[in-house]
Amino acid sequence: MKIVDARGLSCPEPVVLLRSAMASGESSYQIIVDNHASRENTTRYAQHMGYKVDVSENNGEWTLTFTK
Amino acid sequence: MNIKRERTTIIVAGLIIGLIAALLVYFGNPANMGFCIACFLRDTAGSLGLHRAAAVQYIRPEIVGLVLGSFIVALCRKEFSAKGGSAPVTRFVLGFFVMIGCLMFLGCPFRMILRLAGGDLNALLGLVGFVIGILAGVFFLKQGYSLKRTYTQTKLEGIVFPVVQIAVFILLVAAPAFIFFTEAGGGPGAKHAPILISLAAGLFVGALAQRTRLCMVGGIRDIVLFREPKLLMGFGAILVSALVCNLILNGAADATFFHLSFTEQPVAHTDGLWNCLGMVLVGFGCVLLGGCPLRQLVMSGEGNSDSAVTVLGLIVGAAFCHNFGLASSAAGPTDAGKIAVIIGLVAVALIGCLNTFKKKA
Repeated sequence: MKIVDARGLSCPEPVVLLRSAMASGESSYQIIVDNHASRENTTRYAQHMGYKVDVSENNGEWTLTFTK
Repeated sequence: MNIKRERTTIIVAGLIIGLIAALLVYFGNPANMGFCIACFLRDTAGSLGLHRAAAVQYIRPEIVGLVLGSFIVALCRKEFSAKGGSAPVTRFVLGFFVMIGCLMFLGCPFRMILRLAGGDLNALLGLVGFVIGILAGVFFLKQGYSLKRTYTQTKLEGIVFPVVQIAVFILLVAAPAFIFFTEAGGGPGAKHAPILISLAAGLFVGALAQRTRLCMVGGIRDIVLFREPKLLMGFGAILVSALVCNLILNGAADATFFHLSFTEQPVAHTDGLWNCLGMVLVGFGCVLLGGCPLRQLVMSGEGNSDSAVTVLGLIVGAAFCHNFGLASSAAGPTDAGKIAVIIGLVAVALIGCLNTFKKKA
């Protein structure tokens, strides 16, 4: 599973990184973000691409797991 | 995440914001200027004596309200987070040049929408330039442009900018002798809604913009990058709402709220090329900053000190524009302003290149 560390980055960068990662065509990805807008935007993009989203929060950071 | 609900929310927010913008003009703001982040920061800079253009000096409570509205909602929703350290000086420079582009066109992207809603066809040329600028910025984003990451900072660092807004508001109300105010009939600075109405409008719009992540540059950027229409829906809703309100007010009130033409538009000029190029600079710079001037104000209220530095860049840019004759007027752009826009385009392109194609450390 590909893991994208997008902590500290603000939108649209996390979505750009996620999109680049998803170009590899794997069935699951993980992205770590640390702000609400990035969490919302990456979730929206992954849902749009047909992925299911699982979210876990730890001390102001979110780990989003996307699976098909 | 419920995407349908999210889209409904931003459309409703956009409709409300368009209504508020139209009403602010009804209550006294300059025509087609219910909101203009660039003009209002410029007016505030003048009031604080950072420039001496007597026609544009007034501490705009809308700016105070936008930052504090975002700050309050971010606190209530536990989204306030003091962050910064992502190339603050570069952001300052980008903010500086974005303001030069705005004052070439005579408006930020928010006012561009409101000018369109008031029938100002010059804003169409601005919109064309805005889209071109955004496309240039998107090109760099696709190539890997980044100002690198932010870092967590102390809460105090995030609170300073909202507190400064309270101090600025106190200066407006107390009106000590060292604060400059445009004299009645002396220009756009003298036209303003009552203080409490302006403050309430700013607070409300700041709250809505924080909740919806509304961004004028983000709408077109996200459509191009990801085919994601959410933010563009907010952009469109403001346009539709302000247009409808202006048409209603045109019939109901004595003043003119909608006048479809290129000529005789309020606080605007008819030089299409420079209206376009000014907004190319704005669109390009804003994409590299990650958001329009409104979004920068809202993020500064959420504790983002990089956005606060960007707003300081916008303010200093406004002061330079009026101290050195770079700002346009109803008579048209100035030669110095044209040179500044070209320098700005080169500088922003260089920032884009140097933060995209540099060798990896």
